[in-house]
Amino acid sequence: MTLNRRTFLGTGVAVAAALQAPMVLGAGKPRVVVIGGGAGGATAARYIAKGSQGAIDVTLVEPTRTYYTCFFSNLYLGGFREMPSLAHSYGKLAGNYGINVVHDWAVGIDRDARTVTLAGGGTLPYDRLILSPGIDFVEGAVEGWGLAAQNRMPHAYKAGSQTELLKSQIEAMPEGGTFAMVAPPNPFRCPPGPYERVSMVAHILKERNPTAKIVVADPKTNFSKMALFQEGWAKHYNGMIDWIGGDFGGGNVSVDPDAMTVTIDGEQIKVDVCNVIPAMKAGRICELAGITDDNWVPVDGRTMQSRMDQNIHVLGDASAQGDMPKSGFSANSQAKVAAMAVQAALTDAKLFPAKFSNTCWSLIAANDGVKVGATYEATEDKIAKVDGFISQTGEDAELRQATYEESIGWYAGITSDMFG
Amino acid sequence: MRWLGAAFLGWGALIGAARAEEEATRIGDAERGAEIFAKCAGCHEIGQGAVHRVGPHLNGIFDRKVAQFHDFRYSESIERARRDGMVWDLEHLDAYLENPKALVSGTRMNFPGLKEQRDRNDVLAFLRQFSASPQDIPEAAPTARKREVELAPEVLAIIGDHEYGAYLSTECTTCHQIGGDYDGIPVITGWPSEDFVVAMHAYKRQIRPHPVMQMMAGRLSDEEIAALAAYFGALE
Repeated sequence: MTLNRRTFLGTGVAVAAALQAPMVLGAGKPRVVVIGGGAGGATAARYIAKGSQGAIDVTLVEPTRTYYTCFFSNLYLGGFREMPSLAHSYGKLAGNYGINVVHDWAVGIDRDARTVTLAGGGTLPYDRLILSPGIDFVEGAVEGWGLAAQNRMPHAYKAGSQTELLKSQIEAMPEGGTFAMVAPPNPFRCPPGPYERVSMVAHILKERNPTAKIVVADPKTNFSKMALFQEGWAKHYNGMIDWIGGDFGGGNVSVDPDAMTVTIDGEQIKVDVCNVIPAMKAGRICELAGITDDNWVPVDGRTMQSRMDQNIHVLGDASAQGDMPKSGFSANSQAKVAAMAVQAALTDAKLFPAKFSNTCWSLIAANDGVKVGATYEATEDKIAKVDGFISQTGEDAELRQATYEESIGWYAGITSDMFG
Repeated sequence: MRWLGAAFLGWGALIGAARAEEEATRIGDAERGAEIFAKCAGCHEIGQGAVHRVGPHLNGIFDRKVAQFHDFRYSESIERARRDGMVWDLEHLDAYLENPKALVSGTRMNFPGLKEQRDRNDVLAFLRQFSASPQDIPEAAPTARKREVELAPEVLAIIGDHEYGAYLSTECTTCHQIGGDYDGIPVITGWPSEDFVVAMHAYKRQIRPHPVMQMMAGRLSDEEIAALAAYFGALE
């Protein structure tokens, strides 16, 4: 429906009613609701608001007022970043881009009525819904561990208080103590993340507690940037890290949070800190929406629309899209394609062919940075890799330092791209 | 009175010249500086025939007030330094070369700086050759070097589609800040179109060495590169 100036002036009663209950009349601008204010959601909200210049009404639902980026939180564990440097607020998205930022939990989606229910009791109608809720953990994935045990054995895989807790536990380790990590099976958020974390924990222990040990129980037989990490561990932390892969029973693991023990392939060890990173699934709101298949949400990479509901676009970690890793960079890249598709559907904006890219930087030790990246395109079936690169073993210190410095620039770049 | 003034001026210039000559020989090794200047030459030309590129040309920079070219678009921060009366004397050039952001916080110059005093001295000695007397050496080899890649005139002549460039640019802004801030990843806004196009083709042909940029540029068509040049070139 069009509402021109004449009808606006001429139908005061109807306008007053519309202002009170625009959702009932459907008379207003097209409405987009974005759930999740991270690398996918914040970027999508910002690009739609910016690109449509007010023609689309954008609401962003995010429970926290201060967002801590999961990317770079390992650098906090290693002492290379302070926690406040990972904190971001939504002030600019609201103030500069006119986004309606709602700090609440989305607890239900009615796909027929096209509404989102909030924990606080409100209801948000949408023409298009964007879900970017990140991850949740698969229950029972690690025997003996549950969310109730997350203070004894933190996951620290959603940044914030969990990350601070893990760091304080590492700092409180007794001399010569043991740090254990239970690494997750594929697919999971940030493929190099656990191994960068191992590097950062080793870095801080080498400084504070050099006789301490690190044990990693991993169900996988290989992992992202494996050769680079193993080279770095041998160089910087020789003898400190014991990585037990799937070939050696690393997947056969249970924990006892009360006794602080970890049992790997039948052998029980007493540990001082245990970082359990369980198997992951799409954020719970996706299950509630009924659009998941085998823990994740299948999407059409050309628009990031759910394969089961074309009014819903799903971004980032929660989506099953093909070849892209689950990373903040990927979510940011996918958000721009979704933002374009949403604008093309709701306004007369152009639709260009989807392009994606990703680069993941990891820090192994001070000034020893590595990276891996790829470009992608959307086919009918999936997001497919086009080209890629990875840092090489044996690179000189100058290049590694430049890579690390570049990652700092990237952090500033992506966070300003997300939050304005 | 006029005569006296002229004589006084002449005398002053002589003293300045003598001091400058002495300093010019003391600054550093200009030949080594010429080699180090390769780091700067991607953006700055110097010598006979030098013109503005991503950065302004550097002829005659010594003892000039900052931001004096009317045909070059400076960052707001450099303009502020000009209003504050900053002069490119040895001390300020040295500080700027050591850490551009430390001296001019919002400068568009994407350069981490030369940390070694000796390197800075040598570059300054090199630069000094292209400033006014007494070390004016017009026959010195210009650094207005050949472009990194030879592009067909029709490639350079493509008029980029601004709207397409706006879409494509979203791939760049995950790392390169659209507001023009520099935190470790180069600023790409406000470049002359030709420099932008040449740089992207140099990455595409893997002449420039950065793996991320080689990958990103590798799948861009001539039209897409032109579109990006048009879009980013128009941003402040």
